[in-house]
Amino acid sequence: MRRPGLTPPLAAGLLALPGAAEAHLVTSGLGPFYDGTLHLLLSPADLLGLLAVALLAGLRGPRAGRFTVMALPCAWLLGGLVGLGLPTVPDLTWLGAAAFLVLGLLVATDAKLPPIAIAALAAGYGGLRGLLNGDALAAIGTEWSTLFGIVLAVLTLALLTTAAVVPVRALWARVAVRVAGSWVAAVGMLMLGWLAQAADP
Amino acid sequence: MPDTQILRRPLIAIPALVAMLVTWPLAAWAHVESGQAGGFMSGLSHPVSGLDHVVAMIAVGLWGAQLGMPALWILPIAFPMMMAVGGVLGLTGAPVPGVEVGIALSAVVLGALVLGGLRLPLAAAVAVVGVFAVFHGHAHGTELQAGQDAILYSLGFVIATGLLHAVGIAIGAIQRWSPGRQALRGAGALVMAAGIYFLWGALA
Repeated sequence: MRRPGLTPPLAAGLLALPGAAEAHLVTSGLGPFYDGTLHLLLSPADLLGLLAVALLAGLRGPRAGRFTVMALPCAWLLGGLVGLGLPTVPDLTWLGAAAFLVLGLLVATDAKLPPIAIAALAAGYGGLRGLLNGDALAAIGTEWSTLFGIVLAVLTLALLTTAAVVPVRALWARVAVRVAGSWVAAVGMLMLGWLAQAADP
Repeated sequence: MPDTQILRRPLIAIPALVAMLVTWPLAAWAHVESGQAGGFMSGLSHPVSGLDHVVAMIAVGLWGAQLGMPALWILPIAFPMMMAVGGVLGLTGAPVPGVEVGIALSAVVLGALVLGGLRLPLAAAVAVVGVFAVFHGHAHGTELQAGQDAILYSLGFVIATGLLHAVGIAIGAIQRWSPGRQALRGAGALVMAAGIYFLWGALA
């Protein structure tokens, strides 16, 4: 009786090896740059505050809009680079939730802030989200181009949202923007509740 | 060692090796983004899961429409925000007495206000809506299921609440016509009757 060789069953075994679950940037199939762009569009934690700050800038007019469109992506990029470089970043999830609350309240109340203050808020939010994005990217070992994809998406969304709101004069449309802000604030408040519950189960 | 044993040993070893390779655990990298749609849909459906909530939230829109500007939009902003405050109280386990009674009373009072066409000052109207919103939020906060995507759940929850107010506002638009004003008051009576039914259940 001829002894069966090791090669066929080994080959079968190797072919049947389960692949590693690769997570989690959503893979666009178009490379890391577009993975980053898609990541932003599918991340409500990034999107909500971005939209709130862009709505706030839009309500306050073109000057605030211009400042915000410059400050937000620049700060996001800087924060991202810092996050990529740092070995560890503390858990700042609560700060993100607090940012939703503050930015949402400012939009809901149509706060009459000067453009420079709105740009500072945008820079603060962009820096925070960039830092968290950079840390996450470093953890999964992705390329820097992913961060650039995220930042380009931030710039595009901030630009489009601000540009859409700046010319709005109709009362109902401005009310709709403020209602959207109140929703962001409510989400931020609920998020803080969730975090408090998770911290003290 | 007999020849037969030499022959059998690889026959056992090879399937074992293959089985080991096939079932070899690989590192599962964290899937933090999974279940998002479930979280959003769950949040979206939660406010419409109970008729007592639905009736009260629509009544807020009806009353806002009846009061006109600026209550028309301030009330639907105040309600979700105060409901979120109640949600935080519920999530953190802070006790709020008489939640079910408060929810039922919200329908009774808001229905009565619409029925009577009562025009309270804006601050008083916001206070009435805000106090009742805390009861609704607390009930939702204590009922939230574990394992949901928190941000999407919250987003769905707030959007559903806002849309229920919008339904009330849309229905309230009938008050532009004289028969519509009476019909709107009739809708208030229905809300109030439903509230009395819920109150009966809460006190029983």
